[in-house]
Amino acid sequence: MAESQTSEQILQAHAHDEHHGHPDMEEVRTFGFWIYLMTDVIIFGTLFATYIVLQQNTDGGPGPADLFQMGGIITSTFILLASSYTCGLALLSMHKHNVKGLISWLAVTAGLGAIFIGMEIAEFNHLVHEGATIGTSAFLSAFFTLVGTHGLHVLFGLVWMIALIIQLAKRGITPVTKRKVNVISLFWHFLDVVWIFVFTVVYLMGVS
Amino acid sequence: MWEKIKEFASEFFVTGDPLIYGADVTIVLTLIAIVSGLTYFKKWKWLWREWLTTVDHKKIGIMYILAAFLMLFRGGVDALLMRAQLAMPELNFLPPDHYNQIFTTHGVIMILFMAMPFMFGLFNIMVPLQLGARDVAYPFLNSLSFWLFFSGAMLFNLSFVIGGSPDAGWLAYPPYSGTMYNPGVGQDFYIWGIQISGLGSLMTGINFLVTILKMRAPGMKLMKMPMFSWSVLSSCIAIIFSFPILTATLALLFLDRYAGAHFFTLDGGGNPMMYINLIWMWGHPEVYIIVLPAFGIFSEIVSTFSKKKLFGYKSMVWAMMIISVLSFLVWAHHFFTMGSGADVNAFFALTTMLIAIPTGVKVFNWLFTMFRGRITFETPMLWTIGFIPCFIVGGLTGVLLSVAPADFQFHNSYFLVAHFHQVIIGGVVFGYFAGLYYWWPKMFGFTLNERIGKWAFWFWNIGFYCCFMPQYVLGLMGMTRRVVTYSWDKGWWELNLVSTIGAVLMAIAFLFQVWQIVDGFKHQAKNRDTTGDPWNGRTLEWSIPSPAPVYNFAVLPNVSRQDEWWEQKQSAGAHQTIKQKLEPIHMPKNSGVPIVMSAFWFIAGFGFIFDWTGFIYTGLAGVVGCLLYHSFNYDTDYYIPVDEIERTEAAIRKVNI
Repeated sequence: MAESQTSEQILQAHAHDEHHGHPDMEEVRTFGFWIYLMTDVIIFGTLFATYIVLQQNTDGGPGPADLFQMGGIITSTFILLASSYTCGLALLSMHKHNVKGLISWLAVTAGLGAIFIGMEIAEFNHLVHEGATIGTSAFLSAFFTLVGTHGLHVLFGLVWMIALIIQLAKRGITPVTKRKVNVISLFWHFLDVVWIFVFTVVYLMGVS
Repeated sequence: MWEKIKEFASEFFVTGDPLIYGADVTIVLTLIAIVSGLTYFKKWKWLWREWLTTVDHKKIGIMYILAAFLMLFRGGVDALLMRAQLAMPELNFLPPDHYNQIFTTHGVIMILFMAMPFMFGLFNIMVPLQLGARDVAYPFLNSLSFWLFFSGAMLFNLSFVIGGSPDAGWLAYPPYSGTMYNPGVGQDFYIWGIQISGLGSLMTGINFLVTILKMRAPGMKLMKMPMFSWSVLSSCIAIIFSFPILTATLALLFLDRYAGAHFFTLDGGGNPMMYINLIWMWGHPEVYIIVLPAFGIFSEIVSTFSKKKLFGYKSMVWAMMIISVLSFLVWAHHFFTMGSGADVNAFFALTTMLIAIPTGVKVFNWLFTMFRGRITFETPMLWTIGFIPCFIVGGLTGVLLSVAPADFQFHNSYFLVAHFHQVIIGGVVFGYFAGLYYWWPKMFGFTLNERIGKWAFWFWNIGFYCCFMPQYVLGLMGMTRRVVTYSWDKGWWELNLVSTIGAVLMAIAFLFQVWQIVDGFKHQAKNRDTTGDPWNGRTLEWSIPSPAPVYNFAVLPNVSRQDEWWEQKQSAGAHQTIKQKLEPIHMPKNSGVPIVMSAFWFIAGFGFIFDWTGFIYTGLAGVVGCLLYHSFNYDTDYYIPVDEIERTEAAIRKVNI
């Protein structure tokens, strides 16, 4: 029987004995995720640097001011910011042990994320129809790569969030699921911060 | 139909070279031998359960080192082929295009698929044992790191027989590595082989950083930590900051090749210099990443075999940390000649020279540790003593290269080739060999034949100087790197011949090492390490039996000082730990997800290389599926009950008495 005991049951059974000498593994996992986020900062940093260096290299093609439609960008920015807020509300529900609230706010967050992704795809589609593709110029290569990498991150977070909602519905709030929600909220806020930089460096400074 | 298949095969497989046909046959025969051997001895299940799915850091470490040795063989054969081609003037042994491929794969394999896994192997085996921990922080991730490295390495090596090898040098400078000049699949093998294994390296960096910061035994303050663990920490910091740059840079190069982007192309507004800056922002820290752990190993060994506390512990720690930071501020010294201007060159020349200071501090610390010590000359110590003069010469020629105006003469000459081989072989390879010999008894539970080991040591050393000292001179005489041949009237042939003889001596040394290991396994019964402490060691890994049980420490040790185990041995009652109360031990379960996920990465990478969308989708879907499967799996741990620990301890300690 002992073998079929899951890690979660074990964790709950041992939730109180911290005097074992081994560290709290859920805390260690969250810490590691912070480090992962630092590595992601560097990936984005590299892409930002590349964008800034290549920004002027339009090779006679369209530049930022010719291409960007700020209306849609500002809307999608506010949608992503709102999703960060609802993600925060989800965490507040979790701290109140309110599974239902947690799941619903996560679902709202994921929904807003999906709208953001949809708008980004629409924007890219529009650009490609205008004839501005990744192969048009160095500027556009850097643009599509930087913005697209952020978009891929959001998409990844979306799938992850849905998987997490299913797990929460099945298992409720446990030390393990709690850590998982904490970690994805870190990820989500991080993507929000990155987007602020994208919005500023790529769009605002691009059209000004 | 048949014609089509033939046409496809002639493009898909590398054809036309007898060397490669020979390799094809060998690969097929080896595969058949392995598969039929495993089937005949009914070992498939054993292999899967004990090795392929293991999350035990000690076994993962052994697999890393095994892979590193295989890659050392492949990279070494590349080196011998090159030296054979250059042995005499105007030889036609390797045609130029093949020669380009060989120096490219030699560099990539030796750095990324030999040095890195060798280093990770030593991290894996020793860091948890030194820290008094039961495993790394993330055992599952650790296994995934290994399998990602492995599938990346296999993908890269596949290019030898399928599609064609990369030929743009070990860092693949554009525009030559772009599609305009390099339309084949070789460079794509390069990108995906390194990309996939690079993900693994990044994860390992995070894993060991957290392990060191969070998993140390109770009482082990950072400043009481063994020096090898400190070196791993400094190396991991550099990994965490530099490998993401590599990931991003290779992704950009791939987009240039695959999606027609213009990051580094000559047309469309691209900027090839951008790549060269970015790749060296990773590439320079990378060489410190591999050499810092070697410094840590030497520190452990020099202290153990001098029977003295390490001299200048604190300055050693600071030196490593400073090197780790400075390594990010020197990258442009790799291209002084590219015209960044005098101010930029002056800055990078100065930062480069600055690195000599902490490195010098370390050399003096090792020397002062030996001073008035009771030194014994077992093989680990021999490698350490061989390292010091070799590294000093290599370091000094590095300082010469850092002088920007002078570098216009040295740049891309054989002087440079000799310099970096001297620091990488003399520093990194000697260091890892020293570590392997030092910790071998802990890994396998038996000692190796010292006599054969000494033969290997002397062949390596004499071979090394014989091979690379002439290359300094050749560089000053004007021989540039990557030349495929030279004419009689240059006057280079004598020195080149000597250099080739040196390479052969090192190859013989490698054979001695293989013989030593085979001999060790053959006679392991009579060479058992029954004490768990064959060198009279100082740190915690020597306080437990060899090889360590799966849980490492039955009772977590309490640490109150540096060299805890040594101090315990000095005061009486060293073995009292066994008497302490046992508790069930929390352990991670084996998992097949890492190897399966890495196989899907391999498929996706292969698809990207040949632009086969079916492979790409299958691979990526498989990766996501594995991630989800793992996320939904909550059954990842188990407890070892007390009576089982008691039985294990009784069995291994009985052998000991």
